[in-house]
Amino acid sequence: MNTLSQLIVPAVICFVSLYGVIKKVDVYGALIDGALDGLKILHKILPALVALLTSVYMLRASGAMDILCGLVSPLSAVLGIPPECAPMALIRPLSGSAALAAGSEIIRSFGPDSLEGRIAAVMLGSSETTFYVIAVYFGAIKINKTRYAIPAALIADIAGYFGSALAVRMFFGQ
Amino acid sequence: MMSRIWTSLIILSLICSVLTGRINRLSVSVIDGAKAGVDLCLSIGGMVLLWCGVMEVMKRSGLTGLLSRVLEPVIGLLFPAAKKSRAVTGDLSANVSANLLGLGNAATPAGLRAAQGLQRLGDKPYATDELCMLVVINTASLQLIPTTIAAVRASCGAQSPYDIMPAVWFASAISQACGILAAVLFSKLYGIKRRKA
Repeated sequence: MNTLSQLIVPAVICFVSLYGVIKKVDVYGALIDGALDGLKILHKILPALVALLTSVYMLRASGAMDILCGLVSPLSAVLGIPPECAPMALIRPLSGSAALAAGSEIIRSFGPDSLEGRIAAVMLGSSETTFYVIAVYFGAIKINKTRYAIPAALIADIAGYFGSALAVRMFFGQ
Repeated sequence: MMSRIWTSLIILSLICSVLTGRINRLSVSVIDGAKAGVDLCLSIGGMVLLWCGVMEVMKRSGLTGLLSRVLEPVIGLLFPAAKKSRAVTGDLSANVSANLLGLGNAATPAGLRAAQGLQRLGDKPYATDELCMLVVINTASLQLIPTTIAAVRASCGAQSPYDIMPAVWFASAISQACGILAAVLFSKLYGIKRRKA
């Protein structure tokens, strides 16, 4: 499984390029154009990450993070996620960059191969910015009566967090 | 919304540092935090750019379109009302396949077109069951290769940054399954309520 996961990214890049060449697409031009789009994404998230990581660092340095983790720990215990990951879980549906800032700080301080670091990574990888998606979709077609969309979406989020903690313990035996 | 959250986090930190006597550490953390924001962005930057490039190749070579056609039968199961319209089914599977490949920029326009189409087919002043299903699927993650998170892990010295992939798939599957199940159950409940009224 480990070799396979290491192989997947180079293999995907290789396959995509080859398929592009066979289909007579300007592969190199597309790569460069796409990377330029990526630069626009970075350009957009850099200011947000600076603001949010500042607040995360301040929370940690002041001891407020420990208090916050303590407050939400009964909640996180139910889902099986470490208390350190709980504040990130709370912010995840509201802001993608805030969750990335909080998550990367967990990954950095506990280590990427620690239980906390892995669960934070899997939680980030298996969730979306729920309220942003809901706002975009219902806003675009001007529907105010969302019926059960929000509760169902939040159930999916909570199940995903539970699944993240379970999956890391299952696959890594930590 | 974010303004209030950010401001309350800063106020909370300030009060807390005064109470615990860590004002000195707090002032250092402002400098470190801002620097960490730039560092994080730069360390994941290469992977974000490269992956956006690879995804553009997928789009132009028609790989995304191919995946989208493969997915159409599954779409029919989840969105029975969409069968009436080829265009809506096409938009729906384009949305799902773009999400799978992590093409956020392509997923949203296709998803919004599909949402408009679904709403026209249903012709209701509220969100139809199909629209709720579409939103729920889009709020739970579908991405197969978590490139950004892997880049963060790599920048922190992970042994193999992508080894979390099976765990991510497992968690996403649970999240999707519960979301879809909840949507189906809720739609049944709403159906009963309407019949009683």
